[in-house]
Amino acid sequence: MSASAIFVLDLKGKVLICRNYKGDVDMSEIDHFMPLLMQHEEEGLLCPVMSHGNVHFMWIKHSNLYLVATTNKNSNASLVYAFLYKLVEVFTEYFKELEEESIQDNFVVVYELLDELMDFGFPQTTDSKILQEYITQEGAKLEVAKSKVPTTVTNAVSWRSEGIKYKKNEVFIDVIESINVLVNANGSVMSSDIVGSIKLKTMLSGMPELRLGLNDRVLFGLTGRDKGKTVMMEDVKFHQCVRLSRFESDRTISFIPPDGESELMSYRINTHVKPLIWIESVIEKFSHSRVEIMVKGGKEFLMRAHFGLPSVENEEAESKPPITVKFEIPYFTVSGIQVRYMKIIEKSGYQALPWVRYITQSGDYQLRTNV
Amino acid sequence: MTDSKYFTTTKKGEIFELKAELNSDKKEKKKEAVKKVIASMTVGKDVSALFPDVVNCMQTDNLELKKLVYLYLMNYAKSQPDMAIMAVNTFVKDCEDPNPLIRALAVRTMGCIRVDKITEYLCEPLRKCLKDEDPYVRKTAAVCVAKLHDINAQLVEDQGFLDTLKDLISDSNPMVVANAVAALSEIAESHPNSNLMDLNPQTINKLLTALNECTEWGQIFILDCLANYTPRDDRESQSICERVTPRLSHANSAVVLSAVKVLMKFMEMLPKDLDYYGTLLKKLAPPLVTLLSAEPELQYVALRNINLIVQRRPEILKHEMKVFFVKYNDPIYVKLEKLDIMIRLASQANIAQVLAELKEYATEVDVDFVRKAVRAIGRCAIKVEQSAERCVSTLLDLIQTKVNYVVQEAIVVIKDIFRKYPNKYESVIATLCENLDSLDEPEARAAMIWIVGEYAERIDNADELLESFLEGFHDESTQVQLQLLTAIVKLFLKKPTETQELVQQVLSLATQDSDNPDLRDRGYIYWRLLSTDPVAAKEVVLAEKPLISEETDLIEPTLLEELICHIGTLASVYHKPPSAFVEGSRGVQHKRLPGSTESGESESPDTASAAAVSDAPPAVIPSQGDLLGDLLNLDLTPPTTTGPPPPASSGMQMGAMDLLGGGLDSLIGAGFGAPPAAMPASFSAPVSGGLDDLFDLGGGVGMPMGAYSAPKTVWLPALKAKGLEISGTFARRSGVIQMEMTLTNKAMSVMTDFAIQFNRNSFGLAPAGPLQVLTPLSPNQTIEVTLPLNTVGPVMKMEPLNNLQIRAP
Repeated sequence: MSASAIFVLDLKGKVLICRNYKGDVDMSEIDHFMPLLMQHEEEGLLCPVMSHGNVHFMWIKHSNLYLVATTNKNSNASLVYAFLYKLVEVFTEYFKELEEESIQDNFVVVYELLDELMDFGFPQTTDSKILQEYITQEGAKLEVAKSKVPTTVTNAVSWRSEGIKYKKNEVFIDVIESINVLVNANGSVMSSDIVGSIKLKTMLSGMPELRLGLNDRVLFGLTGRDKGKTVMMEDVKFHQCVRLSRFESDRTISFIPPDGESELMSYRINTHVKPLIWIESVIEKFSHSRVEIMVKGGKEFLMRAHFGLPSVENEEAESKPPITVKFEIPYFTVSGIQVRYMKIIEKSGYQALPWVRYITQSGDYQLRTNV
Repeated sequence: MTDSKYFTTTKKGEIFELKAELNSDKKEKKKEAVKKVIASMTVGKDVSALFPDVVNCMQTDNLELKKLVYLYLMNYAKSQPDMAIMAVNTFVKDCEDPNPLIRALAVRTMGCIRVDKITEYLCEPLRKCLKDEDPYVRKTAAVCVAKLHDINAQLVEDQGFLDTLKDLISDSNPMVVANAVAALSEIAESHPNSNLMDLNPQTINKLLTALNECTEWGQIFILDCLANYTPRDDRESQSICERVTPRLSHANSAVVLSAVKVLMKFMEMLPKDLDYYGTLLKKLAPPLVTLLSAEPELQYVALRNINLIVQRRPEILKHEMKVFFVKYNDPIYVKLEKLDIMIRLASQANIAQVLAELKEYATEVDVDFVRKAVRAIGRCAIKVEQSAERCVSTLLDLIQTKVNYVVQEAIVVIKDIFRKYPNKYESVIATLCENLDSLDEPEARAAMIWIVGEYAERIDNADELLESFLEGFHDESTQVQLQLLTAIVKLFLKKPTETQELVQQVLSLATQDSDNPDLRDRGYIYWRLLSTDPVAAKEVVLAEKPLISEETDLIEPTLLEELICHIGTLASVYHKPPSAFVEGSRGVQHKRLPGSTESGESESPDTASAAAVSDAPPAVIPSQGDLLGDLLNLDLTPPTTTGPPPPASSGMQMGAMDLLGGGLDSLIGAGFGAPPAAMPASFSAPVSGGLDDLFDLGGGVGMPMGAYSAPKTVWLPALKAKGLEISGTFARRSGVIQMEMTLTNKAMSVMTDFAIQFNRNSFGLAPAGPLQVLTPLSPNQTIEVTLPLNTVGPVMKMEPLNNLQIRAP
């Protein structure tokens, strides 16, 4: 169904650590991985799936590591990649940075995690906050805590443990919108969209029930309210904690939040965005040894750059990288989305404060040049 | 202190030292030693010699140490099966430990020890763990059943574990349900005929309930399992769809794709006029688009699947062209896939935008991407007629860049544009000819040669151009050789006076100096044609060609249906059925989409889905590089089929066969003039009948039975054979070639002792059995004799057999 074995390799293809889950693919098959990868690279046909005989390699790269899954079945490829990225996430939360050194420094925990994260090729508990409750780096110290399976592991609420306590109950909500724009060399906007993300930092005691209210146009439509200042979300994606069927039926966003930081939801808005930052550029190549680039940004900036270049020229054609813009605008959402309320109900009846912040930033903001 | 210190002990006598440490009394020292052992194992050193010492550490209340020992066991048990038995007791004990973590750990590890002797000891602990009070243990035990089944399927069945596993589908804990589903699916996959997952509405309901509560991975197991179910009717189908659609909002891309699979499949059963059908279509687009913001590898899987989805249901994404525009920093595999989808979505409404983008891409630097972009421009021209002119001028602009591979790709696609819109854009030929010298790729050379041959009358120096190619004839690839042969024959037919020498030259190169049977055969056909009936030759070679089809590279409908059932899996990424790359899955039934109930109640499931198939765009061209496709790529028989391919169950092969059959039909039909009775008179009649039939034999395996066979002709007049007249023909009956003869005794005396002998011939034709003639043959008596033939006789390479020597008794 998914992976037969998982390998972590260094950049040269040496196995740093591996786990054989099913035993139906010879572990030495991994020796073919690096030669295959190099062959694909040479042919310019790099691909996330490669095969050698009847063994298939699905791989991702993270810092100086390759994470590779092998299989000889018709595996669920999307599950495998999602799992490999989850591995990166879990390891990163455990070791801060995931790289060759952190694997070696923590091989005992890595083995433990590999044993817990997947069984016979089936991903199991992958929530690092919960895993940290019973797989710890300081084995000896937390022996007591480890002698029990947190009920969370098999609870329907598998992302939050019971018995969490805070003196001050607060939840911080960040609404972050990224603008993706693709502008053609002649200045026309080819495509644009907004990808929004609502992140939580939850510091709430107990098992609170939360309900988030947005100025969602579909919701306002359902309840027959004025749709004046509402936002049409093209697609919405939720964290595991959100009750999807409830949202599907009446657009209510209700959930028991994970403790600490998490991404509650993301959304995509398709409306045509007028580029917030406009850039005009003129690039002239005078001869072999001089390039002039003029960039005019907004009303205020003009950059003129001359490059005196050595008169040696590359035989091959050069690529034409677009101008990418990075920016951040606080206290503003380009879509006009608003958090109308965040209701927090816990059976102990405490009062909790929600804090909201809005940020707009550049996503994939590219302006093609005229070279 | 980090673990890396454990890797650094490389002193002499290491094993010996470790042995001592493992047997130390001090707990800490033991644990350190085991860590060192595991570290050595991790870097690939053989520490199996320490097996008994490590196993001795197994009985410990330290969980971390226990895990390490278990890890060691998993790695070395197979190489030390006898000693592995030593561990069994501890496993059994651990399965009853008060700590559920240890119980689960023990049952999980035991299942990973693939040693036969151990498995029987596993049964009792497993049985207990399957009924454990802690769901964590139960969910682990559920997976263990699949592990055990993999080692010893019979044991699992005998012990009744499969039934216990099925019971777990009703477990109160959603995680247990999910793992039970995963385990059952895994077992069912390796035993496709076990009918293990007898899904019924009740179990489906349980699965749908668990779907809302289990982890993201559990949701995938359940969705993938649901996808194997066939709802009873459209109402059940709709209700399942309604409960699955909320999953489209899950943050995990794999959950989304598995939900898309279920919906795409069950949608087949919904009547198209149902409001819900439209609603569902609308709901599918946004999540598919959002997948393009996922990590690049997941984007790639999504794009390969979207490629299938737009072929099956083009309406879903028809307004989403822009999201497939390529970004500068996309990895190459994402760029190429996006481009492919852009072409599929290109329509009159968006063509201007698409072309502008493609032109942008064609000036990029990544060779493969640029090539594909140029090709895409050509495909747009063919697909959207209104854009053809703009496409052609874009291509001409690109040719002016003189970038070698761009020019070559452009010429290849311009050839196709000529084929689609004859007599419209030939004015560009002059520009193309300027680039003749720079072409070094076979496909581009072949395309250029085709153009020169096809438009020889408009190109003053066509003969010189073609002659220049002829110099290195034997170094060219087959594709170019075939094309050159045809082009020169065309040239000769158009300008016979100046090119006689050239055509002689190419025919002799093709027939006498080549080992390639395709080339030789084509050479001979032309040669005969030209020498016997130039008028017919003209009709054949210069015949008007059917227009090429709009859509290319479409996946054959039956395969497409199967791949839709495999959305999200490797099959959907490779665009190949699992049977093509998974060993041992050949006998497995191919998945099919359920038929729509709308298309009539009386229809059998097969015809119903066939009706669904025919909704798909009709024409299919085999992809380039396909041998059959190449064969058909002859100018004589363009690779075009019209109308839907036969809705047969083995549709993929059938499609190909049909193409070939059709191709040959027209080859023969055109080649010898239809009906065959009107064959060139000077052609030796008996043989032409045989030849005709041999062509049929050569490839027409898929041709309908009872195909045409020539009427009998007199092979041997009585005058020449002491009164025995033989007339005959070749025919194919039930797939067997037969020589059918009529023997007539026109002499005055009785004839006996008939025998037949075949000379060695080009086709290897030889009798497959003895000639059975009921002797004697009385005067004036006529009998019919049928002699089965085969083609395994000795082959004599020579000009095709064109005379029959018949020896009378």
